[in-house]
Amino acid sequence: MAINRNFRTCPASGLVFHEPADKLMRWNAVAAVVFLLIGGILAIGVVLTRWQAVHLLDPSAFYQVLTAHGLNMLVFWIIFFEIAVLYFASSTLLRCRLATPKMAWLGFWLMILGALMNNYSVIRGDSSVMFTSYAPMGAHPTFYLGLILFAVGALIACFVFFGTLVVARAERTYVGSVPLVTFGAITAAIIAVFTIASGAIILIPTLLWSLGLIEHIDSLMYRTIWWGFGHSSQQINVAAHVAVWYAGAAIVFGAKPMSEKVSRTAFLLYILFLQLASAHHLLADPGLTSNWKIFNTSYAMYLAVLASMVHGLTVPGSIEVAQRQKGYNNGLFEWLRKAPWGNAPFAAIFISILGFGFLGGISGVMMGTEQLNLIIHNTLYVPGHFHATVVLGTTLAFMGLTYFLIPVLFRRKVAFGNLATWQVYIFGIGMAGVALFLMGAGTLGVPRRHWDMSFAGNAFGYEFPGAAWLMMTLAGICGLIALTGGAMYVAITVWSVFLGETVEAPGFKRVSAREGVGAVPLPAPEQPGAHAGIGGWGMVAPGTFVLALVFLTSFVLYYFVNWKYLSTVWPLK
Amino acid sequence: MSAILPPSERVWWKQPLDRVELIWIVIALVWCLIMFFMMPYWHVYGKQNLANEAFRTTPAEYLKKTEAMIAQYKVREEGAEGQKVPVVAPPAGADVYLVARLWQWYPILELEAGKSYRIHLMSMDWLHGFSLQPENINVEVHPGYDHVLTVTPTSKGTYSIICNEYCGINHHTMTSKLYVK
Repeated sequence: MAINRNFRTCPASGLVFHEPADKLMRWNAVAAVVFLLIGGILAIGVVLTRWQAVHLLDPSAFYQVLTAHGLNMLVFWIIFFEIAVLYFASSTLLRCRLATPKMAWLGFWLMILGALMNNYSVIRGDSSVMFTSYAPMGAHPTFYLGLILFAVGALIACFVFFGTLVVARAERTYVGSVPLVTFGAITAAIIAVFTIASGAIILIPTLLWSLGLIEHIDSLMYRTIWWGFGHSSQQINVAAHVAVWYAGAAIVFGAKPMSEKVSRTAFLLYILFLQLASAHHLLADPGLTSNWKIFNTSYAMYLAVLASMVHGLTVPGSIEVAQRQKGYNNGLFEWLRKAPWGNAPFAAIFISILGFGFLGGISGVMMGTEQLNLIIHNTLYVPGHFHATVVLGTTLAFMGLTYFLIPVLFRRKVAFGNLATWQVYIFGIGMAGVALFLMGAGTLGVPRRHWDMSFAGNAFGYEFPGAAWLMMTLAGICGLIALTGGAMYVAITVWSVFLGETVEAPGFKRVSAREGVGAVPLPAPEQPGAHAGIGGWGMVAPGTFVLALVFLTSFVLYYFVNWKYLSTVWPLK
Repeated sequence: MSAILPPSERVWWKQPLDRVELIWIVIALVWCLIMFFMMPYWHVYGKQNLANEAFRTTPAEYLKKTEAMIAQYKVREEGAEGQKVPVVAPPAGADVYLVARLWQWYPILELEAGKSYRIHLMSMDWLHGFSLQPENINVEVHPGYDHVLTVTPTSKGTYSIICNEYCGINHHTMTSKLYVK
């Protein structure tokens, strides 16, 4: 069978797209946005029910909607988009044909089938078991089967990605090492394989248990292994969105990583240590020793935290260097003031870095500290944290990337002019508010996944302090703002992709790689002293360093505030 | 030359570090080490630590111990007619059994401020979340694992126990009181 070697070159960006990879990326991205839309509609129910003044849904519908919201957003939207990113980082960036496109389509349709089956089980009404589906609470077998099929499809996609790397190496489509963004994508894919293996180890027995073929699933075993899947899948997101940050800095500014060594080593730390950090979900569980908890959450997690702190410096640092080289070299922050704040991909990535670091990162470390977890476990602080990491961090970064991909991949102009930039700010600010106020409510003890914080009609009810109610109202308002931003995103992308103005490229045709793609790009030789004459105070990126110190100061203060708070609660041992 | 192209150095780990990166890595590493040492430090000098003490048992066995304790220390009953829950006032140092089940905490505890109690937590069915308000102490409750916490209430008052691990349709009704005298 002949291999399709047809490529096209994007006239604006110079990127090269392999024909089958091009189509797969588009279909995966469209599927992602469809599931984002479903998850977003469900989010209306979640926001308007937890906002106690509205209290829209009854408990049964609320728990059902919350389950489906979590799965569609956290699994289906993000992973479909990540598959598109994997194909982009392999086939497009390495100028290589995609390995086995037919297998990639098989993976795609398995993922679609799995996602639909899982949604079907939740719509049935007997599978409102939340994203975590903790045994011994059981769901309909199609719930687990859907997730398993989806995971198998995603695994196939990961191997298509690895295969493409092998092909690129064999056919010498690039010289030297893979680009940093591809390196980040490899990190994400390796973590994904580990994640899916953990998922299989726990979900397959759970499926058999739901069919009555296995007697008993131990609740602690379930939680321990499930989080190897549940948390690790969030590490895929971290690796993927950090890769997108680097890609964004490269695309918008032509920024070059400050040091390939530092950035790549930081990605390696993710591979080595992030998964063990899944243990921080079990800090308030019986049957596990403190030594086990401390080992897994500190030794392991803090090296991963270190990696994120490094990326948090190097991405803005590389932007600062690029801006200073363009002449914005005055003072500490001219590079930032003169940044393209009206450029949607830049704004998205900048808010993503800030939100992920300040809100998501710091709160994540609090929850992952063995003793501090006692005053946080299962409160709304947890959803507050992951709306900062997965939504503000990952989703917003992906939104920014979309505005770059619409002209490049779909060959359409982004519709509605500046609306895309507004969308980024509205969504970013709304979601930052959601994260912040949910954390505030959690600090005051408000539980997550809970229909009624007023405990109306209950003989032993509890009255939360007024501040907690205020936090919930503010979270509700911010939730509506974020929903508006999300709706704008869906409207802009759908309109652009299906009805938007086509980007005309005169003389456009696909050409076969053998004659068309041209010479392999040689990496430019490093110019000695390229950074000479920029920056100040003995550093090339002093502004970023100051921002990093601001971050560190808030981190340290907030960390010890929480210890202070912990020291006031009842002694226990 | 950027993050989406191959690096200029064929061997990327030979590329030198920038000074700003090196300084930041050292600072961040020191901070990570401080955070690491805080956890063992708190085990030695702090007062709020979770126990390593837990036993495997069965719901029937655990419920038997609970009923025996209720028979011994029961002082009264509380709650709506037809849904009375016993209140127990165990002596300091006693083993206190608290049952978590769909959708109830059983029994209600009455403790004394400044005294220590060995509180056992276990679920009879699904996962539950022990959440003491407004103290905001939160512990996961598993079926089959009897988790022992030595707790010392510090101040008098009426506290609430709510469930904060989702446990089905009536999850939000799973609440109880805890009295400290």
